Amino acid sequence: MGLEVDIIFKIAGVGIVVAFLHTVLDQVGKKEYAQWVTLFGFIYILFQVASIVDDLFQKIKSVFLFQ
Amino acid sequence: MTFSRKLNQSFCFNRKGGSTIEIIKIVGVALIATFLALIIKEQKPNFAFLLVVFVGCVIFLFLVDKIFEIIHMLEKLAVNAKVNMVYVETILKIIGIAYIAEFAAQITKDAGQGALASKIELAGKIIILAMAIPILTVLIETIIKLIPS
Repeated sequence: MGLEVDIIFKIAGVGIVVAFLHTVLDQVGKKEYAQWVTLFGFIYILFQVASIVDDLFQKIKSVFLFQ
Repeated sequence: MTFSRKLNQSFCFNRKGGSTIEIIKIVGVALIATFLALIIKEQKPNFAFLLVVFVGCVIFLFLVDKIFEIIHMLEKLAVNAKVNMVYVETILKIIGIAYIAEFAAQITKDAGQGALASKIELAGKIIILAMAIPILTVLIETIIKLIPS
């Protein structure tokens, strides 16, 4: 379970950092950069969540005798 | 990283602690995730949503070994009772479909799409009914045989 707890903190940290960067870039006046930062953070997290959802579905398939 | 490792150590007192330690671990992870989601939700709601999905997957992956043991026991019981394995397999598949549909419906409802959640539930019910058709057919044929013509 240790790895997963690390990833939970990683997701939360990326969220906080992205929110901070978004605010700062907005204040400076670079609105398009702020949008890009949000988008890349979201894609990074989405990739990790998608990989674990895939893992979950594989486990369900093997446990509940699909195939 | 050090903080999370310390937290992890404090939640895993010893590896062979039995089920009491495991429930404490799961509750700890869920509470931490809830606080983090509350913090992020003010700034970025979509990140909080992904965090919740992730924690749901983690908790199920933690439980999956125990579910496997339970199902193994059920299978052994069915083999000993000489039940046809097709029926047991169908029932296990139905449980799996019900779990996946429930998971997706809860997450969709959490994200605010109640209509989509009820569609997922409808799809789960219909697929389960379609999988149960062979069992239902056998049941109805048996009942008809019992009735003297």
